[in-house]
Amino acid sequence: MKIITYMSNLVIPLIIAIICVTGYIKKIKIYEAFIEGAKEGFTTAVRLIPFLVGMFVAIGIFRESGALSILTRVLSPIGVYLGMPEELLPLALIRPLSGTGALEITTDLVRKFGPDSIIGRMACTMQASSETTIYVITVYFGAVGIKKIRHSLVTGLLADASAFLLSVAIWRIIIGLGTMN
Amino acid sequence: MINIIWLALIILGVLTATVTGTSAEITGAAINSANAAVNICLGFIGIMTLWSGLMKIADLAGLTRWLAKVFAPVVRLFFPSLPKDHPALGAVTISIAANLMGMGSAATPLGLKAMGELSRLNKAGDIPSDAMCTFVAISTAGITLVPTTIIAIRTQYYSRNPAEIIMPIILTNIIATLVAILADKFFSPISKRG
Repeated sequence: MKIITYMSNLVIPLIIAIICVTGYIKKIKIYEAFIEGAKEGFTTAVRLIPFLVGMFVAIGIFRESGALSILTRVLSPIGVYLGMPEELLPLALIRPLSGTGALEITTDLVRKFGPDSIIGRMACTMQASSETTIYVITVYFGAVGIKKIRHSLVTGLLADASAFLLSVAIWRIIIGLGTMN
Repeated sequence: MINIIWLALIILGVLTATVTGTSAEITGAAINSANAAVNICLGFIGIMTLWSGLMKIADLAGLTRWLAKVFAPVVRLFFPSLPKDHPALGAVTISIAANLMGMGSAATPLGLKAMGELSRLNKAGDIPSDAMCTFVAISTAGITLVPTTIIAIRTQYYSRNPAEIIMPIILTNIIATLVAILADKFFSPISKRG
């Protein structure tokens, strides 16, 4: 594990160094080039503000009003029918909407059930194998000023849903194999 | 579609608040969420500026084009519409690599950079191209090989083996990404005028 952490900590500094050295060797005025490119970065970040405010406010209202918990309760039988433990359903519903919200729930499940419990393992797998779909769509399209998203939401949510169901199934299989021995 | 979802989130929220008496909470939630969104964008300025600057050097030095050329055979399987050795191909490759390596903070700026390059090739203006949709599909599937955050949480709560979840996560992730790509290819012709 230490070696993985060491390697992944090294990646970014190494890439920065490679970019600058290659630029210098190719006789590019690297500092001037950096400044020129950096200007674009600022504009992109600022351009994102209206998109992100719009989405966050809608999600915030939906969550804090209690509508999300009602939806969780309504959808609970479907989740259980598909083999998802009841405790994991709130995580599955919040994951595409809010990254920090999902991380809070995962941490809470790990704390309550323990990281090595079946719920803990499933929650960790769900959290890490999916993405905050709505956030990614808002930010990626927002950065280029596009408001129409075509089928992106459907695709993103399908990917999340399959990640959740697989996370549950994979641990059922691993633990099933373990108890057979 | 985005209009309906946005409306649904707000209306269902306000209706629930009216019935359950949480109106004060949602007023606070609206203001807090707006502030949180702005804070994220402001916090984003630094990292976004840094990577845009570095990527400009990489572009001028020919690094992006070189990466595009090397990975074109693989990447163009998923992005057939992108011209060979075009910077967009390089930017997409870099962004996917950053995600795979768990580069966290750098991943989004590089993703946005790739979106910028892709939108330069987009003729339709306000409607995203097929390549943009495929790229967003892959990004929303959240490809990763190094789930650092989750391992940190497991370590914090005394897991006997914090890293045991890596293989299940990678496997789940690969299949979910395939689902995203297949769904994208399936829905893409249908949503042309979406």
